[in-house]
Amino acid sequence: MNNEAIKELLYKMADDLLILGHRNSEWTGMGPLLEEDIAFSSMAQDKVGQSLALYQLLHQLGEQDPDTVAFTRNAGQFHNAIITELPNAEYDFSLVRHFLFDTADALRWQMLTRCAYTPLAQLAAKVRGELRYHTLHANTWIKKLGSATDESVSRLQHSLDELMPYALGLFEPSPYEADLIADGLFQGEAVLQQRWLAAIESVLAPTHLQLPDVVLIAPVVGGRQGQHSPHLQPLLDEMSEVFKIDPAAEW
Amino acid sequence: MYGGGNTFEGIKNDGLAQENPEKLAAFEARIARGEKIEPTDWMPQLYRKQLIRMIEQHAHSEIIGALPEGTWITRAPGFKRKMALMAKVQDEVGHAQLLYSAAETLGKSREQMIDDLITGKSKYSNIFNYPTFTWADCCFISWLVDAGAIVNQLANAKGSYGPYCRALDRICAEESFHLKYGHHCVIYLATGTAKQRAMFQEALNRWWPPLMHFFGPSDKISAHTEILMRWKVKMSSNDDIRNQFLDMYVPKIWELGFTIPDANLKKNEETGKWEYTEPDWEEFKRVINGDGPCNKERLEVRRIAEERGRWVREALKSPESAYVMPLA
Repeated sequence: MNNEAIKELLYKMADDLLILGHRNSEWTGMGPLLEEDIAFSSMAQDKVGQSLALYQLLHQLGEQDPDTVAFTRNAGQFHNAIITELPNAEYDFSLVRHFLFDTADALRWQMLTRCAYTPLAQLAAKVRGELRYHTLHANTWIKKLGSATDESVSRLQHSLDELMPYALGLFEPSPYEADLIADGLFQGEAVLQQRWLAAIESVLAPTHLQLPDVVLIAPVVGGRQGQHSPHLQPLLDEMSEVFKIDPAAEW
Repeated sequence: MYGGGNTFEGIKNDGLAQENPEKLAAFEARIARGEKIEPTDWMPQLYRKQLIRMIEQHAHSEIIGALPEGTWITRAPGFKRKMALMAKVQDEVGHAQLLYSAAETLGKSREQMIDDLITGKSKYSNIFNYPTFTWADCCFISWLVDAGAIVNQLANAKGSYGPYCRALDRICAEESFHLKYGHHCVIYLATGTAKQRAMFQEALNRWWPPLMHFFGPSDKISAHTEILMRWKVKMSSNDDIRNQFLDMYVPKIWELGFTIPDANLKKNEETGKWEYTEPDWEEFKRVINGDGPCNKERLEVRRIAEERGRWVREALKSPESAYVMPLA
C-alpha cells in the first residue's frame, strides 16, 4: 500500500469535513426556522466528528495528533476543496452547497466501504449511515424549495449556477490517482464525479431547477494543492483563536 | 438553560371576578390535589395569560441564550470542546422548539411569539444582554448560568401545567449534561496555566452580578405573586431559588480556588441562609427595559435571522410546494 497516496486521500476528506462542518455550525442560532438551525447543527457535529476520525487515522500513520493538525496549520497546508470554505451567505447558498457536497460525500464513503485499507473501510461502513440522513435532508429541501415559489426557485437556481464550478472542484484528481486505483483503495475521482452527476440529476429532475451544463463549466480547482480563496485563512484564524493563546495548554 | 427567574408584573386579580366561581373552585382543588392541567381543560384567563408569558419568556431565553455561547463554537479550542459546545447550543435551540410548542397549546402561535420578541414586547432572561469577551465567559455560562437555570427549572417542573412540566423534564435531563460539560471546562481553566486561571477569574468578576440578577428581584421588592404560587405557576420565591443556588455552587467555586467578587458573601449558619451584597436592582431594571450592553445586538441578530429566513417559511406555505415524502 502506498502510504503517501492514502494520506493524501485522508487529508483531503478530513479537511473538507472540518471546514464544511465549521461553516455549517455558523448557522447555529441563525437558521430560517428553528428546525433548520437544529438540522445544520447536527450535520456540523457529524462532519466535525468524521473529520476527527480521519485525523486519527492519519495520526496512526505517523502524522501529528488531531488537535495540532486541525488547529495549527495555515491555509496553504489545507487540502479541502474551495467549495467548503466559501462563506455561508444566504440559506439557499448553504442548502445548495450541502446538497452538492453531501451527495458526493455519501457516494465517496459508499465507495470506500470496499477500500483495501481496512481502517478506512471500517470507518466508511459506520459513516455511511450518518450520511444517509444528510442526503435525505438535502434532497427533501431541494425538492420542496425547488418547486415552491418564484423566489425560492430563482434563489436556488442562482446558487446552483454559482456553486457548480466549485462543486466540480471536489473531483480534482489526486497526484496519486493511478496508485489509489491500482491498490484498490479508491476507484478514483472520475468515477465518483460520474455517479455524483447522475445522483443530482435525478433529484433535480422533478423540480423547476435546471442543472447547468457541466461540459461548459471550468471547475474551480487548486484547493487540493493548498491554493485557496481568501476566505480560508480568516476561518482558520478564528478557529484557532483560543487554541493559539497557549497551544501547550490543555483546554 | 436558560430560563431564569421570571419577571411577573403586578398581577391584577380583578379579572377573576369574571370567572365562574364553581369552575374556579374545581380548578384550584385539582391543583391542590397535585393534578396537572392539560390544554383542553378549563382554566381561568389569568392562568392562561401568565403561563403563556412565562413559557414564552423561557423559550425566548433559549434562542437568545444560544447567541453568546454560539459565537464561541467557531473558536472552541480543540475537537473535544468544539463538538461538545456545538451539541450543547443545539440542545438549547431544541429547548426553544419544545417550549414554543408548549406555549402554543395555550393558544399563541410561534410566529406571534417571535414577533413579540423582536419588537421588544416580550422579555427574555436578562443575563444574555451581557457580552462574552473570552472563552472563559462561555465556560462560565455553560457551568454556572446553566446551573442556575436547572435549580429554577427543577422547581418549575413540579408546577401545574402538564405540557410545560413535561417539556421541563426533558430539558432538565439534557441540562445535566451541559452542567457536566461546563464544570469540566472550568476545571481545566482552574488547573491550567496562570493565564487560564486569570481568564476564568476575570469572567467570574464580570458575570457574578448578572448571575445574582438571574434569579429575579429580591422578594422584598418583587411583585406579589401569591396567586401564582397557589396555582403552581411559580413554585418558589426568587430569594429561595437564589439561596439554593448559592448553597450548591459557592462551595464548588471556592473549591477551585476562585474568589467570588462579593466581600459580604457568607452563609449564616444559624439561619442556613446566605448573606450577600444586595444586587443593583436599578441596573437590572434598566437592562431588562432595553438599556443593557447587548440588548440591541441580540434582538438585531434575531430580527435579521427572521428576515433572511422569511422566503423559506413562505415557500413552505406555498401550495406549489408539494409535500415531499422523505424516504426514511
